[in-house]
Amino acid sequence: MTSTTTTPRSATTSVALSGVTKVYGRGASAVLALDGVSLDVAPGEFVCLVGASGCGKSTLLNLVAGLDRVSAGQITLAGDANPGLMFQEPALFPWLTVEANVEVPLKLRGLPRAERRERVAELLRTVHLADFGRKRPHELSGGMRQRVALARTLALDTPVLLMDEPFGALDAMTRDILHDELERIWSERKLSVLFVTHNVREAARLADRIILLSSRPGRIIYSTEVNIQRPRRIDSPEVAAIAAEVTERLRTEVGRHGQ
Amino acid sequence: MASDTLTSSARTDAEITGLDALEIAGRDKEVSRGARIWAATWPKLAALAIAIAAWQLVVLSGWKPPCSLPGPLEVGRELVAQAQGPQLWEGLLTTLRRAAVGYVFSVAVGLLLGLAVARSTVLRAAIGSMITALQTMPSIAWFPLAILLFELSEKAIFFVVVLGAAPSIANGVISGVDYVPPLLLRAGRNLGARGLNLYRYVIAPAALPAIVAGLKQGWAFSWRSLMAGELLVVGISQTSLGAQLTYSRELSDAPWLLSTMIVILVLGLVVDAAFGAADKAIRRRWGVLDQAGQ
Repeated sequence: MTSTTTTPRSATTSVALSGVTKVYGRGASAVLALDGVSLDVAPGEFVCLVGASGCGKSTLLNLVAGLDRVSAGQITLAGDANPGLMFQEPALFPWLTVEANVEVPLKLRGLPRAERRERVAELLRTVHLADFGRKRPHELSGGMRQRVALARTLALDTPVLLMDEPFGALDAMTRDILHDELERIWSERKLSVLFVTHNVREAARLADRIILLSSRPGRIIYSTEVNIQRPRRIDSPEVAAIAAEVTERLRTEVGRHGQ
Repeated sequence: MASDTLTSSARTDAEITGLDALEIAGRDKEVSRGARIWAATWPKLAALAIAIAAWQLVVLSGWKPPCSLPGPLEVGRELVAQAQGPQLWEGLLTTLRRAAVGYVFSVAVGLLLGLAVARSTVLRAAIGSMITALQTMPSIAWFPLAILLFELSEKAIFFVVVLGAAPSIANGVISGVDYVPPLLLRAGRNLGARGLNLYRYVIAPAALPAIVAGLKQGWAFSWRSLMAGELLVVGISQTSLGAQLTYSRELSDAPWLLSTMIVILVLGLVVDAAFGAADKAIRRRWGVLDQAGQ
């Protein structure tokens, strides 16, 4: 419990990881998933974590979200932030309508009914689903479900958003549009985003900074600022250039495991 | 630059709305209520007609004398006569009261037991497999012991009904809680549901389909145990449906016997249909039910 505190280390850091290490199992069968990862996310910064399989990307997000405990190191969140977490699957509650799904975190925070209704309507407008509040998740498309999940996470009113390959299961067209949506919401709400993906182009499209993790164990091996003006397009030459550079590093890293 | 952003966001809005409209299109297929009910009813009616015809054929073949196997017409007449007298209704009431009391108690025991075992690893190791073992025990095998303990009384029936039904219900709860998708648990915890709230907002609703399946199975067990009990534990003053079966056999009153059996069958079917409807409603809400609507 001592490993996760909520005192801000400095005013310019929203999420701070220092020397975060995670070991699964014990003794001879212990697996080192993350090894001394240090990383600061500034308020309003969009950071993409990129890596091949086994780099502990998802482990890292679970640790920041407080769903798992670090083996060593420290994770610090500014204020009393409870970061919102999104997964590759929408993880909506199938027994609830879209509205009721978005309402769950508001209920858990004890907001009065009238205020909840207002907030739900506002959040659904934000993700362009105002007309679909009464539907059930199974009646929606994959992209729409993921937007409901985004609205539900935003209902936490958290400044920190953790996203674990949230668009990985969507077709390219839907993904493009959701990139635009996420970018808009991120800049409107001044969120700090830690976004995990294995899609380098997606990272170059979205990130202020791309961080490359090695595999087994996960260590930061490369980091680059993406200074392309927003709004960006995923098929622009600038995005492609950054993506090519990161892909080159990623391939070198993957190749290292084949030797 | 500002106007640039504006037009691009307006374009995104249009794209999103368009994409949603395309993806949702054709998902809502409405079938009229009447057509649905008819589609569900006619096969049942046809099957009933075939069964009655087969019965009549067996009677006509002269395989057994009419005094031990009367035809559908005679039994039907007996059923109408029974429905006009108080005896059938009193029996029905007695049996239903016993079923309700026994079942409600079983549900309480089963839910509590299931929840306790699902939560505690120690309890699970201790009695988890015993619950399954209890479930495999034919309930009629409990009666000799029940009669020794409680004599020929309603308590003996109650004892066996609860022993028959509670393990199934507990098992439903256990498997329901076990199979809650871990992703939903993680999502729930991230949204702020901890402790009791996690049960209220995630685990209980996620486990509901399995719990209803357990309740349904529990009902089937308790209904069978009750009938077995009423057949064996006669001699207590009240004339339940089971007792009427025994009396009619002793009096060799075949039409009475068969008409009582029909009442028991219909009762079972009605309760089963109620559980079926609940199950279907849940599956429809969850979106598990095939859209074509079986």
